[in-house]
Amino acid sequence: MCLGIPSKVIEVDPALKTGRIDYLGTKIKTNFALLEDVKVGDWVIVHAGFAISRLDESDALETLDLLREVADKA
Amino acid sequence: MRSMEAFRDRKVVAGLLGEIAERRRGLPAPVRIMEVCGTHTMTIHRHGLKGLLEAAGVEMVSGPGCPVCITPNEIHEAALGLVTGRENTILATFGDMTRVPTRRGSLQAAVPARGSAVRIVYSPDESLALARRNPDKEVVFFGVGFETTIPSIAFVAKAAAAERLANYSVLAALWVIPPPLKAILTAGEVRISGFLYPGHVSAIIGTEPYEFVARDFGLPGAVAGFEPGDILLGILSLLDQIRDGRPRVANEYTRAVRPEGNPVARALMAEMLDPADACWRGLGVIPASGLKLKPGGAAYDAEAKFGLRIEPRPTDLPGCRCGDVLRGVIAPPACPLFGRACRPDSPCGPCMVSFEGACLVHHKYGAARP
Amino acid sequence: MTARISLELGSGGKTMRDFIAGTILPAFRNRELAGLLDASHLPGGIAFTTDSYVVDPIVFPGGDIGKLAVNGTVNDLVVSGAVPRFLSLGLILEEGLEAADLDRILRSIRKAADAAGVRIVTGDTKVVRQGQGDRIYINTSGIGAVVAEPNPRRLRPGDRLILTGTLGEHSLAILTARGDFGIEAPVRSDCAPLTFLLPFWKAGALWMRDITRGGLATILTELAEQAPHPLVIEEERIPLSKAVRAAADLLGIDPLYLACEGRAILVVPEKKAASILARIRRHPLGRRAAIIGQVEGKTGRPGELLLRTASGGLRLLEPLTSELLPRIC
Repeated sequence: MCLGIPSKVIEVDPALKTGRIDYLGTKIKTNFALLEDVKVGDWVIVHAGFAISRLDESDALETLDLLREVADKA
Repeated sequence: MRSMEAFRDRKVVAGLLGEIAERRRGLPAPVRIMEVCGTHTMTIHRHGLKGLLEAAGVEMVSGPGCPVCITPNEIHEAALGLVTGRENTILATFGDMTRVPTRRGSLQAAVPARGSAVRIVYSPDESLALARRNPDKEVVFFGVGFETTIPSIAFVAKAAAAERLANYSVLAALWVIPPPLKAILTAGEVRISGFLYPGHVSAIIGTEPYEFVARDFGLPGAVAGFEPGDILLGILSLLDQIRDGRPRVANEYTRAVRPEGNPVARALMAEMLDPADACWRGLGVIPASGLKLKPGGAAYDAEAKFGLRIEPRPTDLPGCRCGDVLRGVIAPPACPLFGRACRPDSPCGPCMVSFEGACLVHHKYGAARP
Repeated sequence: MTARISLELGSGGKTMRDFIAGTILPAFRNRELAGLLDASHLPGGIAFTTDSYVVDPIVFPGGDIGKLAVNGTVNDLVVSGAVPRFLSLGLILEEGLEAADLDRILRSIRKAADAAGVRIVTGDTKVVRQGQGDRIYINTSGIGAVVAEPNPRRLRPGDRLILTGTLGEHSLAILTARGDFGIEAPVRSDCAPLTFLLPFWKAGALWMRDITRGGLATILTELAEQAPHPLVIEEERIPLSKAVRAAADLLGIDPLYLACEGRAILVVPEKKAASILARIRRHPLGRRAAIIGQVEGKTGRPGELLLRTASGGLRLLEPLTSELLPRIC
């Protein structure tokens, strides 16, 4: 139900609101109609060919730091 | 962020489990967490977390968040009927759907009528493309999903209407997450200490729709992502809420979920869909728990277009206890058919078919003896 | 039993095997077929196998149906314990197939046969009406000289499992060539002859299989069913290319179930594992070979295939029952 992949926007057609994302070097067609103002370079969560949410970089890094702290204590 | 590896790193997981075990020790009662989302169920099992969490004193119970599992037979059979009974009809659907067993077999095993076919699509968009490329065929997108997927289904219905695509329609079974949680809590059958909320459904609906759980039922909840690290962070938050006696809706997936969710997606859903009472396998009819295409979109609603009379019933195939599994009342092994008549290669019900179904997950990934 | 044949009966996996065992075999009961092996070992030290190729599209990154038709059959012989020698070539051509395409495929067949050290010694050609055959179908039967009689019942705790390379590239190459899901990945089919593994029969290899439809997990569950001890493999040791990792995440498919066309899994005695691995790695087709697991003595029960996950958990693997489906939801 919730399979969503964090990926980087590499192409956008603003009129059609479609484009492509790159995930670890693999590219796939994606629909951006559910987000506003998607730009090349944005990070998004993709589900079933649609970008459903933006990935916030600072939040991601914060969580990563937290996880690294936990790992260091283990 | 580029690398998900930290989220599933062995040391990270071990460290989080250690913290979980420590915080759990201070708590008196059994701790049973219901993960609502089928993808959480799958991730938990896939990474062996269920056993590791049990060892740390946290029991995980699977909830009704598997859209394939809770869609009644009658809807699957309607889809089957379209592709086997109508010529020149392409039924486009997600992969999982093709293996659901019905009294008339599965879509995958179906022998389509002349000129008809079942086609698996990765995105609902693809079904639109199929319709454009095949003007001589009738294309029906058979879509089942929760709020993560519903906006994209609303999108294709809207696009088809805008293009006046005459050979396209949607057969939809759309489910809304908060109402069944309320139904489970009101029925009082399951004793749970808190909910793990679905990360990507929440990316669409935000955190507000779950507030009633904390406010009216006093139960903790945490929105969590799907990496092992995310899930364990969610559980840590739940333990904190239990310990502090301060139930709320915690967001442990801040990188993808905003409190307000995705307003564009929700606006699209509101534009194209109306709430409807829906019949959930195992749970029965739950008010306003489903969504239907608005009457104005009848031309793109396969039910209206083909005059399908679908009368869903909550009962399963004989002997199947998928309903009880979905409610978290029993664990898969307690079903008399589990592992015997009902196995991945001969499923009796959808819980054994869907990649996220609790029974398939348990059978596939469960309890390898150490 | 359905009254008409449905697509899933041919997709590999348990559903197909049950169909073969329940419908096709009973018509021909004999000792050679009873083993349901990919290649039969006949009196006189002859190994015999057959395979048909219906891949779509017929050309894909890293190969074509011709290359597949040679290597697939060659590999069945190699892993059964035989040196491939001769192939037959049956062609069913659809009216309207472009001569240039046929030419390309024939040249591919020749090149692949030379690389594998086999000769095409007999064949047949048919042409069917347009619409009655998907461009070209190929059948190859192969004959080889038996050099080993692998027996899964001889496996012992401690025997090591060696995987000769990364998983799933052939499957992904086909997906990208078909344009399925609009996916574009930097990947080429791993289609290749496994003849470089032949010396390892003498060097002590106990069992080999090429990883085709159903993927590694299906192949190993079949082995686990016949072996006297359970098998354990480690998720972190399984070599995967970045492209397959990405596609797996994007489409929700598990690389353990993806088909290859030039990868094998070997079971070798513990004492010989390091040296055999080193020799495999020296070959261009074996650069990413790895010991991914072992026949297990302390964990699990006979008949089981277990996976130690990256997070440290242990889980049971099941065989693929039918066509792999991308999970989205």
